[in-house]
Amino acid sequence: MNHKHVPLFHIAKRKSLPWYRAWAIRGIAILAALIIDAILTTIVTGLNPFAVYASIFKGSFGTVRKFWVLLQNIAILLCISIAVTPAYRMRFWNIGGEGQVLMGALGCALTMILLGDKLPNALLIPLLFLISVLCGAIWGLIPAIFKAKWNTNETLFTLMMNYVATQLVAYFIIVFEVPKGAGQIGIINQSSEAGWLPMVFGSRYFLNILIVAVLTVLIFVYMRYSKHGYEISVVGESERTARYVGIKVGKVIIRTMLLSGALCGVAGFLLVSGTNHTITTSIAGGRGFTAVMVSWLAKFNPFAMVLTSFLIVFMERGASEISSNFGLNASFADIITGIILFFVIACEFFINYELITRRKAARITAGISAEAGKEAANE
Amino acid sequence: MSEFFGQLIAMIVKLVPLFFTFLLTFFPRAVAQGIPLLFGSTGETITEKAGHLNLGIPGIMYVGGISGVIGAFLYEQQLRAGAPVNGFLVIFIPLMSCILGSLFMGLIYSVLTITFRANQNVAGLALTTFGIGFGNFFGGSLIKLTGSEVPSIALTTTTQYFSKKLPFADKLGWFGDIFLSYSFLAYLAVIAAFFATWVIRKTRIGLNLRAVGENPATADAAGINVNRYKYLATGLGSIIAGLGGLYYVMDYANGVWSNDAFGDRGWLAIALVIFTVWRPNLSVFASILFGGLYILYLYIPTGMNLSMKELYKMIPYVVTLIVLIISSIKKKRENQPPEGLGLPYFREER
Repeated sequence: MNHKHVPLFHIAKRKSLPWYRAWAIRGIAILAALIIDAILTTIVTGLNPFAVYASIFKGSFGTVRKFWVLLQNIAILLCISIAVTPAYRMRFWNIGGEGQVLMGALGCALTMILLGDKLPNALLIPLLFLISVLCGAIWGLIPAIFKAKWNTNETLFTLMMNYVATQLVAYFIIVFEVPKGAGQIGIINQSSEAGWLPMVFGSRYFLNILIVAVLTVLIFVYMRYSKHGYEISVVGESERTARYVGIKVGKVIIRTMLLSGALCGVAGFLLVSGTNHTITTSIAGGRGFTAVMVSWLAKFNPFAMVLTSFLIVFMERGASEISSNFGLNASFADIITGIILFFVIACEFFINYELITRRKAARITAGISAEAGKEAANE
Repeated sequence: MSEFFGQLIAMIVKLVPLFFTFLLTFFPRAVAQGIPLLFGSTGETITEKAGHLNLGIPGIMYVGGISGVIGAFLYEQQLRAGAPVNGFLVIFIPLMSCILGSLFMGLIYSVLTITFRANQNVAGLALTTFGIGFGNFFGGSLIKLTGSEVPSIALTTTTQYFSKKLPFADKLGWFGDIFLSYSFLAYLAVIAAFFATWVIRKTRIGLNLRAVGENPATADAAGINVNRYKYLATGLGSIIAGLGGLYYVMDYANGVWSNDAFGDRGWLAIALVIFTVWRPNLSVFASILFGGLYILYLYIPTGMNLSMKELYKMIPYVVTLIVLIISSIKKKRENQPPEGLGLPYFREER
């Protein structure tokens, strides 16, 4: 009788996994999620899942216009995702992207209203950009100062700052509402188009996409090859190590959050000047939170974020197509996206760890002893 | 001089009853606003004591609310068909649906963060996305999906039972208005909060739970089953938080579900946990205070200037920020978050 208890399987950390196997695991997870989604859709709505997936596909690629909207939405989400990334790399849990975007958008909209007829576009648009960046950066700076100085919990701080920003926007919307009592600002400078990002190649969105593409490359280089990027990852790995090698942790936190907030401000600028030409309290649309997941799922790699934000926007566009085609509530998108997120989050476990079954464990032990025997024979 | 004091006293005497009547209308409304927050923060505190920052609470509260609505809606469909009202079932079915729905959400979170050791922030945010979507989807499509012929979800029978006051509420004047005019879920919230504090501070289970949240490796070495405690705490926490959603729909909103009406109360509940420095018993008072702050803008006279109202709505968030900052500056040891909050525990890695 063998009295020693051997568990059915145990878990061990993987040393490393070739990138293609890691992505294969993620692919399988997404596929599994899509199957679950299909089953759920059929149960809930009684529709043929293939018809549903065809609509999802059409939601993004059905017409040229839809394709541009897809690219535009990816650009905005990607912009906010690369914005929160440096802070996340440092383990500064900034879930205030929403507020920072709103503040950028607010700065941009107010300047458009106040200076719209006073400056030529060639001056006004760069000014709008600067003001948006500044507003976003300030909103990112406030929690960073408290974190650096008193270690105030940044997750809750940035979360509360979102609501303060929302109410500030609501306040200014009523101050500048058109017409009085409408509760909204409406399209700003509709006749003069002052402060609107110009159309390029016949598309409103081309410049937005270009700006975000350039920023993505810049952030990749910044994170990977600059001294600042290195300091960020050291602080993220271990604050004590960082202090020991002489990195001023507080300074890095403040600098990184300034950058993070500034990039969110850019997203606010793109939303107001480049897309909507107005401001509402829901202009960020929860992207500040979604960006957190986009960034994390991409392992903080800006190029991988293109993929993850594509996945999320693609599903959102698709689900809104389903809901309009089949008369369902638009929130169906969130359910479908949520399930995909659960699977992708769970699959990271199988990338980082491996299950070693009882039999495999026995084989490994046998292999080791056999090799030891061989070595002994050689000597 | 004495004339001046005489006038002053006369004015105060006149003002006191005015203030009192204001309090009589304001206080119950603040409580009604506060109860969902109290449920949410009690649930989140229990979860956080086990070392898990569950940012999925807003989503869980939506699911708790809509699950109760689905249960009640299906039951009321039966009533419409002519079945007699059963006083037990009319409470039990929504309550059970709410508990099961919230528990299911808690399980998703637990499996992801405890078994699969996923990042808690990411898992929580995904859960909130899913939960709010789930609530709004079924809220918007329930009528169509069940093929019924009602114009909107208005659970009139269920809400009658859920918003029943205590029996003597109307006969005891102001005392009844302030203390007895709430439904059973409100009292359940208060009891749950005090009970949770008692368990956490005075019992062995609470001691073990705190050990798991402070330092899971030490707890493990002491023979505590870390994962079991984490699972139980998140599951129970989710159920309690979900009840906040149920209270909101069935009592506060009179059984009418409207999409996004629950708003950001879930996030406020998480803020309340910090505000009360991880003590549910304090949360009883703090949640009423927050409920009051949440509706204070309705009572501040602004005249025609509607924009100021938007600024006043900022008050609860600014107050939370101030508390957060003060408690981090003071750094009192007993007011700090659990040491292991937000960190996954993996025995082989310690």
